[in-house]
Amino acid sequence: MPWRPSATLRLLVLCILLATAMTLLNPGRFLTARNLASMGFQFPELGLFALAVSLSLITGGIDLSVVSTANLAGILAALVLTRMIPDTAGSGQVLGWVLAAGGLALIIGAGGGLVNGLLITRLGVTPILATLGTMQLYLGLALVITRGPAVSGCPELFLKLGAGTLLGIPVPLLVFAIAALGVAAVLGNTVFGLELHLIGTSEKAARFAGVPVDRAIVRTYVLSGLIASLAGLLMVARTNSAKADYGASYLLQAVLVAVLGGVDPRGGSGTVRGVVLALLSLQFVSSGFSLLRWNQFTKEAAWGGLLLLVITAPALLRLSSRRRPSTDSRG
Amino acid sequence: MKHCRHELVLAGAWLALAAGISLVNPAFLSLANLFDLLKAGVVTGILALAVLIVLVSGGIDISFTAIAAFAMYASCRVLVAAGSTDGAVAGMLLATAIGAGLGMVNALFIGALRLPTLIVTLGTAGLFRGCLLAFVGTGIINNLPAGLIRLSRWQLFRQTSAGGETIGLSAAVLALAAVAVGVAVLLQRTVTGRSIHALGGSAGAAERIGIRTVRLQCFIYTVVGALAGLAGILHAITMRNANPFDLVGAELTVIAAVVLGGADVFGGRGTVTGTLLGVFLLVTLNNSLILLGVPTYWQRVWIGAIILISVAVSARNRRAAASPREEAPAIGTPSQ
Repeated sequence: MPWRPSATLRLLVLCILLATAMTLLNPGRFLTARNLASMGFQFPELGLFALAVSLSLITGGIDLSVVSTANLAGILAALVLTRMIPDTAGSGQVLGWVLAAGGLALIIGAGGGLVNGLLITRLGVTPILATLGTMQLYLGLALVITRGPAVSGCPELFLKLGAGTLLGIPVPLLVFAIAALGVAAVLGNTVFGLELHLIGTSEKAARFAGVPVDRAIVRTYVLSGLIASLAGLLMVARTNSAKADYGASYLLQAVLVAVLGGVDPRGGSGTVRGVVLALLSLQFVSSGFSLLRWNQFTKEAAWGGLLLLVITAPALLRLSSRRRPSTDSRG
Repeated sequence: MKHCRHELVLAGAWLALAAGISLVNPAFLSLANLFDLLKAGVVTGILALAVLIVLVSGGIDISFTAIAAFAMYASCRVLVAAGSTDGAVAGMLLATAIGAGLGMVNALFIGALRLPTLIVTLGTAGLFRGCLLAFVGTGIINNLPAGLIRLSRWQLFRQTSAGGETIGLSAAVLALAAVAVGVAVLLQRTVTGRSIHALGGSAGAAERIGIRTVRLQCFIYTVVGALAGLAGILHAITMRNANPFDLVGAELTVIAAVVLGGADVFGGRGTVTGTLLGVFLLVTLNNSLILLGVPTYWQRVWIGAIILISVAVSARNRRAAASPREEAPAIGTPSQ
C-alpha cells in the first residue's frame, strides 16, 4: 500500500528498461515487426488470465479455477466445432456454428464463475478454497468429457481467432485489448468497480455502508469466468486442439503478473494499466531470452526474480525510512 | 473441541470410504494394498505437515514443491558427481540442508523484509525452479547411489505371501512418523509452537505480547524448507530416480489436503492428526478408484467434490459458531 502511488511509474520504467536492454542485447532482432507480431500472438492468453485473476484479487479473494474453466469452455466449443458441423455446410453456416460454439464457451465460463460466486457468498466458503475445489472439479469434468485425449480439427474460420491478423494486428491481441479496456472501464468508471474496491478494502465496512456485497462478489466471479473462457477460446484457436490439462502453468503465472502489476493480494487496489505493463515486461524478458537462445528455464527464474525485485525495492525503502510493526503478514 | 469433531468426521469418512471400497473389491483390505497406501502418503504427508506449520502461522507457501524438487535433484547430482558409493545418510542430510538453505531465502524476504508470504513464495517458486532447470540440469538421474537404492528396498514387517510374493511396509513411513511426531510436539508442546499459533491468530497481537515475529518467521520458513528437502529426497528414494520435473505442480493439491484436514487458511488453527487424515483420505481416494472399477478420468471430479463438500461443511459450522452476534464471516479478510 505505501508504495502504490508511484507503482505505475515504476513499472513503466522497468518495462522501458527491459525493452531497451533486450533491444541492445539482440541488435536488429528484438525491435522488428516480426518479433513484435509474434509477441502479439503469445501474451494475450496469459494476459486474459491475469485480468481475470486481478478482478478477484481486488475484492480480496482469488480465482484459482480460471485455467480449468478456460479448458472446460474450450473443450465444449471444440466439440461443437469438430462434431456438429455437417460436411456440406456452407461458409455462412460454418460462421453460425463458430458463433454458437463461442457463445457456448462464454456461457460455460459464466456458469463456472457463477458456481464459484455462489459457493463463496451463499455457503460462505473462503474464495481460495472454493476455487481450489472447482479447479479440480472443472478439470475433472473436462477429463470426463474428453476421456483424456485432445480434441482437434476445428474449421479454418475459427482458427483465425488464434492465428489471424486484422489490419496487420494479431487477432488475439485485439481480443485482449478489448477485454483490457473493458475491465479498465468497469473498474474505473462504474459503481460496480467502486464496490469491488470497497469490498477488497474492508468487506465489513462495505456491508455496513450498504454495498450489495454478495451480488458484487457473484458478478466478479462471473466476469472472471467469462474472461477465462475467452482465453480458452484463444488457446483452442491457436493450437487447434483442446485438452483438459492444457496450460496448467498459466495459473501461477497469472497471479504473478497481477501481483507484479501492483494488484494487492490482500484486496482493495489494482489497476489494469499496471497489469498490462507487468505483462509486457515479462513478455519482453521471455522474448528477449529466447532470441538470445538462452535456456527456456532462465525465463522462469527471471520472472520470479523480477517479482522479488519489484516488491523488495519499496520494502527496503520503507524499512529504512520508518520502522513500525506490521499488522498483517499474510499474502 | 471442534477440531476433535472435525478429525472424527474425517476418520469416519475414511472408514466409510474403506468399507465401501472393500465391499466392492476385497483386495482393498489386503496388507499389500494398505502398505502401498501408506507408502504413497509419505512424500505428500511430509509436505503437508510443512504446509501445516505455515498455515497455522497465518502464511501461505507456494514454493515448497520447487524447494523439494531442487533439493532432491541437486543433492542427487552432487552425490553422483562425487562418486558416492553409499550416500544414504549423506543424501538425506544434503537434501535437508539444501532445503533449509532455500527456505532461508524465503525467510529473508518474509521475516526480515516483512513482505507478504504469497507474493514472496510465488516469486521464489519461479526462481528456484528456473535455476534448477536452467543451471543444475534437466535429465533424469537413474543411477542413484547404492545407499539410496538400498533405502528404497528397506521394508518393515516383510513377509512372503502364499503366492510367493514378498510384501512389506516401506521404511520411508518411519520418516513420516518421525516428522509427524516432531511437528506435533513443536506445535503443541513448545513455546515456539504456541507463538506460531499466536502469530497466525493475529500478527499484531503476537508482536504486542512480546513475540519476536521476525525471528519466528525466519525459523518457520527454514524448517519448512528443510522438511520439503527431506520430502524431496524421499521422493527420489521411492521412485528410484531423480526427475527435476517431478513434484512441482502438486502444491495446490497438498494445500488442499491440509485444508481438508481442518487447518484454517487464515491462520491460528490446524492439527497434525487432521492433516494426516486429510492426506490419507486424498491418497486413498486417488489410489482406490481403480480398485472400484471407476475410470481414472473420474478421479478429479471426486476429489473436487470432496474438497468442496468438506470446505462447505466447515464454513457452515463456522458460520453457526460465529452467529448470532457476528455478521456472516468476512470473505477474504482474516476472520477469527
